[in-house]
Amino acid sequence: MAAIILRPAVDAAIRAHGRETFPHECCGALLGRDGEVHQSHGLPNTTEEGPRRRFLVRPDDYRGAEHRARETGLDLLGFYHSHPDHPARPSQYDLDHAWPSFSYVIVSILAGTDRLLTSWRLKEDRSAFDEEPVRITNSPDHPVTQS
Amino acid sequence: MIKILIPTPLRPFTDKLDTVEVSGATVGELLQNLTTKHAGLKQHLYAADGKLRSFVNVYVNDDDIRYLQKNETPVKDGDTVSIIPSVAGGAPTAVTREQDALPELSGDEIKRYSRHLIMPEVGVDGQRKLKAAKVLCIGAGGLGSPAAMYLAAAGVGTLGIVDFDVVDFSNLQRQLLHGTPDVGRPKLDSARDRLNALNPNVHIETYDAALSSENAMQLFAPYDVILDGTDNFPTRYLVNDACVLSGKPNAYGSIFRFEGQASVFATKDGPCYRCLYPEPPPPGLVPSCAEGGVFGVLPGIIGVIQATETIKLILGIGEPLIGRFMIYDALRMRFRELKLRKDADCPVCGTHPTVTTLIDYEQFCGVAPHQIEAAKAPATRGDALTSLELKAELDRGETIVVLDVREPQEYQINRIPGSVLIPLGDLPKRYVELDPSATIVSQCKSGMRSAKAQELLRSKGFTNVRNLTGGILGWIDQVDPSQPKY
Repeated sequence: MAAIILRPAVDAAIRAHGRETFPHECCGALLGRDGEVHQSHGLPNTTEEGPRRRFLVRPDDYRGAEHRARETGLDLLGFYHSHPDHPARPSQYDLDHAWPSFSYVIVSILAGTDRLLTSWRLKEDRSAFDEEPVRITNSPDHPVTQS
Repeated sequence: MIKILIPTPLRPFTDKLDTVEVSGATVGELLQNLTTKHAGLKQHLYAADGKLRSFVNVYVNDDDIRYLQKNETPVKDGDTVSIIPSVAGGAPTAVTREQDALPELSGDEIKRYSRHLIMPEVGVDGQRKLKAAKVLCIGAGGLGSPAAMYLAAAGVGTLGIVDFDVVDFSNLQRQLLHGTPDVGRPKLDSARDRLNALNPNVHIETYDAALSSENAMQLFAPYDVILDGTDNFPTRYLVNDACVLSGKPNAYGSIFRFEGQASVFATKDGPCYRCLYPEPPPPGLVPSCAEGGVFGVLPGIIGVIQATETIKLILGIGEPLIGRFMIYDALRMRFRELKLRKDADCPVCGTHPTVTTLIDYEQFCGVAPHQIEAAKAPATRGDALTSLELKAELDRGETIVVLDVREPQEYQINRIPGSVLIPLGDLPKRYVELDPSATIVSQCKSGMRSAKAQELLRSKGFTNVRNLTGGILGWIDQVDPSQPKY
């Protein structure tokens, strides 16, 4: 499977967001093109089921992310979220709620410190996730923004 | 023709188009035509039961169809219909496990659980979740018996049982884990034998201990769900608090006489037992089953409700009894349900908890000081006597009124010869039948109710009332072993 490329600033921003919301989950959108994430956008976690173990992006925020992608000429490539005090592996709940073709980046935050960052894609028959390799590369001309 | 906006993740299934035009008079028809045209969309929009997946939102112009007429929402030319994802996910919860980490079922297990496996709500994956699950039963008595038996039969992989009691004849009327030949054996031994016979695939862990603030957190740690089958308030509060502090759901049940209660407490966002009862009742106000009796089939109903809720939590199916308090009345054969809210001011699970570690629950429930007082009182104040002392005084021919304050049905089982029966509840009206200057010894089953009778009589001006320590049970032990105990 092709790797997903994160710019170092994107990697750093996702990790910082995860540390900031610990012990709650953080979430956000990934914008970019051709498998390379140029920007990450932190979004409010609006779950009503307890933010320690769940995240939810509202339809309005989702629309906002698509809108921003269109405005910047990028694609919405997927979403990231953190697993506080849990490994960076998708849960059954992640699988039940996953959308096809998106990349799902998960960062594990153990006791407030960011650890492993992984990325996953839903199999076409929805039966499981495939892990996609993550590469962090430099592209200084595209600044990372975080709202 | 009506435009449907397709979100990014679904575009691979619409030939990369972000807008698809289809015809239809309602949203339901539009989506039907859309998935006929682009068949790959179907499994991502609809769950196996044919319903729209919960994280798929459909908007007509700017309105969510959930707040319009759902699938029946009418559409007309010029409307824009959008499919908008809710993106959701999260870390594994205590109960939900990763699919690939679940144990496989053996051929024997597939046969054994076949009635589960053919139901889509359980299925092979659900049965594997049950096999992976660990449930801790607090107590192997009235509630623990049916709960543990059904959990074992259902294939819960690991069952822990905490108990320190020995099987007594008076248990057999309702505690089906134990049989007549088990009388005198530790309950843990008979429980293990019975559960192993029911289902040898289940791993049984036994803990020969009284649950305490010192051991609770450690005992709970390996388990997914705690099933509270306790019969006293200090342990009930202890189980609740330890469940909240360790983040484990509490499948709660309790029974008294003909009435039972059940709920699921201490889930992540649900209320806990203290949201309902912040403080315990004053000691002695609510009698125990040993004092008040219990209808033998009642724990069967309540314990099985606890097992049902435990299994639902493990499988993640149905509507759990979270935020709902079930009350069952066996005489009227009625279930009632109360709504419970999580209390933001709850001392354990509220927004600013004051109880952050386990406390002394005997003291919290007012049991310990009371007992200490009771233990001190007889020797120093001369207001109590033992059965042997009473026997000696009666043998010397002293004129003593032995006042039995139990219920008539208890009096039918055993009594001290010559005793007068006035049940405690009648005493405030009937004390006038007694002579305030007489030498009175108040007596009940074990000494609790008679202590209250003694207090009441003294407040009415009786000068010479003593309490029989240990009640009729002490009398039978020390004086008259020919009488039956209950």
